[in-house]
Amino acid sequence: MKDLSMHILDIAQNSITADASLIQIAIHEDMEKNSYEIVIADDGKGMTKEICDRVTDPYFTTRTTRKVGIGLSLLRQNAEQTGGHIDIHSEPGKGTKVRSIFTYDHIDRPALGDISGTIITLVAANPEIDLIYTHTAQNGKYCFDTREIKAALEDMKISNPKIRQYLHEMIEENLTEINPDQPVDGSKYI
Amino acid sequence: MGKVKSLDDLKKMKEEVQSRINLREKSDHPENQVQVKVAMATCGIASGAKEIMDYFINELDKRNIDAIVTQTGCMGYCYAEPTVEITLPGKEPVVFGYVDTKKADEIIEEYIKKGELIDGIIPVTYKTIDE
Ligand SMILES: Nc1ncnc2c1ncn2[C@@H]1O[C@H](COP(=O)(O)OP(=O)(O)OP(=O)(O)O)[C@@H](O)[C@H]1O
Ligand SMILES: [Mg+2]
Repeated sequence: MKDLSMHILDIAQNSITADASLIQIAIHEDMEKNSYEIVIADDGKGMTKEICDRVTDPYFTTRTTRKVGIGLSLLRQNAEQTGGHIDIHSEPGKGTKVRSIFTYDHIDRPALGDISGTIITLVAANPEIDLIYTHTAQNGKYCFDTREIKAALEDMKISNPKIRQYLHEMIEENLTEINPDQPVDGSKYI
Repeated sequence: MGKVKSLDDLKKMKEEVQSRINLREKSDHPENQVQVKVAMATCGIASGAKEIMDYFINELDKRNIDAIVTQTGCMGYCYAEPTVEITLPGKEPVVFGYVDTKKADEIIEEYIKKGELIDGIIPVTYKTIDE
């Protein structure tokens, strides 16, 4: 995975596979604590303790399409490389929460990458799923909630290309507000 | 600095888009729609599935094709990612492998528009993985 937003897309795909109807993605940049935290929580089908204990083993999967699963172990590997870690809480029938911590200024911490595009991709490809994305940085907090967006859009589809483009820019502009040190170009946002 | 985009402006934007959409009248009959599913498991994402999905969404709209683009989990063809499953109305799903934007363009022009089979189809008896 080239950057953190690709991990996010990947972990959120696990939530979609687990039939989640609400996915919450929270990013917390904390320069004082020198930590970069990403939490992805869903209300999908969850997993048993046995499975949960094994999911970050390289290659563990419950999928039947292929014998290995690498999403979570890649995330763990990347977090640990920066001196961070991941922890996973899950309960069958309730949902799953994947929390990953990276060391903020570690040279091996991947950049965030195109997070606005990632959020929009998830939202447009899964219109029936709700997504809440919150991002906290030095200048404040931004919250993007598809439930509000859908209410504003009424019967207009969130996947409409003009709407997608607009939402993409909206997220990018708001992220620049909370973290003015970052370049405006989302692809370089770190 | 200019004003940051907000939900209020989104409503205005919506009215604007709506007036244009009505002219084109997108059908809400899924049976007439082209279905595009992009595989988005770890292997797909790592090989650029997101860019391919964005390409399909934008290009199908630009070219006025009534289609629905969604994402799916692993389809089991990691060696050939990014993979895309296309279902034309009334036809069996077909899976294309190693899709880059050039291939995606060809899929739209040849397969989706004209129904012509092109290179890059993954030749297996394919069952949909969703269930
Ligand atoms: N949000 C979730 N809800 C329920 N189960 C989950 C969730 N995330 C992961 N799992 C379980 O953990 C396993 C491992 O996940 P991981 O992402 O590492 O691999 P995968 O999704 O199986 O395959 P890959 O990500 O390589 O395409 C999954 O097969 C699934 O059983
Ligand atoms: Mg996965």
